[in-house]
This record gives sequence, C-alpha cells and structure tokens, in this order.
Amino acid sequence: MEKHVVVIYPHPDDESFGAAGTIINFRNQGVPVTYLCGTLGEMGRNMGSPTFANRETLPYIRKKELLAACNVLDIELKMLGYRDKTIEYEDRQEVAQHLKGILETIKPSLVITHYPDHAVHPDHNALGAAAIEAVRQMDKENRPTLWAQAISNNHIEELGDPDIKNDVTEHFDKKMEAILCHDSQASGILGNFKKRDEVADDVKEAAKRRLGKEQFYHWHFDD
Amino acid sequence: MKPIEKENVQATLERFINKDVYIHIETTNGAYASHFNDKAYNVGAYVRNATVRFTQAKIVGDGNVYRVGLKMEKGWIYAEGLTDWVIHEEEKLLLAGHDREGRLMVSLQISETPFDY
Ligand SMILES: [Zn+2]
Repeated sequence: MEKHVVVIYPHPDDESFGAAGTIINFRNQGVPVTYLCGTLGEMGRNMGSPTFANRETLPYIRKKELLAACNVLDIELKMLGYRDKTIEYEDRQEVAQHLKGILETIKPSLVITHYPDHAVHPDHNALGAAAIEAVRQMDKENRPTLWAQAISNNHIEELGDPDIKNDVTEHFDKKMEAILCHDSQASGILGNFKKRDEVADDVKEAAKRRLGKEQFYHWHFDD
Repeated sequence: MKPIEKENVQATLERFINKDVYIHIETTNGAYASHFNDKAYNVGAYVRNATVRFTQAKIVGDGNVYRVGLKMEKGWIYAEGLTDWVIHEEEKLLLAGHDREGRLMVSLQISETPFDY
C-alpha cells in the first residue's frame, strides 16, 4: 500500500479529468493524497456556459472550483503560484528545486505527473519534466515511485502500451462530481468529447468512454 | 461581461487618453487546437502590464462585433473581434471577443493601475 501520494499537474481540473478515479481508489484505502497544482488556469478560454467569468475574475473563480473539487476528492491542496501558459518559460531547474523541496517535506511513496512531450499542453509538458527532474535529483533510496500520464494522440504508437491501467468506471459518478466542480471549464471540455465521439448518444456516455480509464507509464531512472 | 455598447465604450476609452496606462492584449485559439484537429494551428499572442500612452482611441463596428484602435505617438495598438465589455473594479476597462460557445478568442484591457500578476 502507498504511504502518501502526490499529484503534480499545472491546472485546476487536470486532477479531476486525469486522475480522479485513481485518487478516489487511494483515498478509499486511507492513503493521503496531496495535489500540487501549478497555476490557477488564469488563461483558460472557457468562461462558463453561458459565460460568467472574464479574464480578471477567472483565477478567483477557478480557485474556488479547485477547492471544491479537492473537497469532493478529499485531498490536500497546495497551490504552486505559477501563471498559466508560462511554466515552459520558467527556469526548469528552479521549478524542479521548488518541487523537490516540497517532496522532501511530504516524503511521498508515489508521485503522479504528466509525461513530458506527450501531454499536449505546454504547461503539462513543462511541469511534468520539472517534476521528473525533481524526483531524479532526490537521493536514490528516498525516491518515490513515479507515474507519468501521456495524453498525446500518438502516445501508444511512440511509447507503447501504458503499464498502469486503472479502470475507474466504478468511481465514475464521483469523478464526474469532481469534474463538475470546475463549472467554468467542464461544459466546454465535455462538449468537446461529445463532438469527437459520434457513437455516444449524450455527453455523459462520451465522458464515460473517455474518462473511465486512467493510464500511466511507470517512469524508470537510469541510475 | 455584457454586449458592447458602442457609445459607452467610446466614452470610457477617452478617459484613458494622454495617461500612462497598463495594457493587457491577447489572442488565442487555445492550447488544444491542433490536438483536437490536426489541420488546425495553435496561434496566440499575449502582452500583460505593458505601459503605454495613447492620444486617440476609437471603437468601430456595427451591432455585434467591434474593433478598437489606439493611436500612440510612435505606433498603434488594435484588436478586432470584440463582442463584450465590462468595467472591472470600478476603473479597468475589459473588452473581449467570444465565440459561439462563449470561449474567449481575443481581449483588450486598459487600466490606470496594473493588472494582477
Ligand atoms: Zn491542464
């Protein structure tokens, strides 16, 4: 059993769309989970449907949504304070040092982050790379296990089959509850699934097909 | 935000003329454009809290979609596709253009005090 799980993603909603079912599994086993959320999604395009946010109010709205989702998932939250869409321009080593300091305090047994170059959004790729660098720099005997999540269209072709496949359909309702906390973003993103999935007859079906499985690659270090 | 009211926006723009003001200007089609459609491109530009001074300001357009141009001593700033506006925190003018789904595509914001980080 894991001792403590740390999830490192850049945006409010990455945790709910990407790993909510996995998180719920750990929480059901009594494993503490901490979410290190990189930004407040300040640059999101979705402003609610119908719109209720603007560029200046969005960070405050998304912060409230994030707190609500973490409450549903019953996890600790630490906000890292970067600005949306700028993480790749930050100094990689500085971000890695920042994360390493936090990891050395929490001492997790497992870290979950995005797979660099296979996570589509530049913030996902950059924070994933910094998180992996942070774990790499830890003493080998203290390093947590690392799972990296790929979401690029070609990741199976290029990386092979993910070695961790969590079927989370049994937690689907609670996962949706966490996703729907992100009210300003959820309908826009769920609508996109529906548009791309001609088989599903409604948004919920499309979401179930897309979100019922959570997959990760076990990250191996050279040394 | 609410649909642009041309006369009110024009009057608000004029309040910033010949003052040192902070500008936020961006265009975006999102970070996922080419992920969801391999024929699409990700494009965008972003400036936040640059200080500028303009001598003329004009909103142009009819009905739903507007353009705003600001003339500076040595250049221009303009944004097109603007549909909505609001005065934020009593003095910041926020203008934005949204698509049919309510997603932000372009924004132009002017303030005498800096925007948050
Ligand atoms: Zn994200």
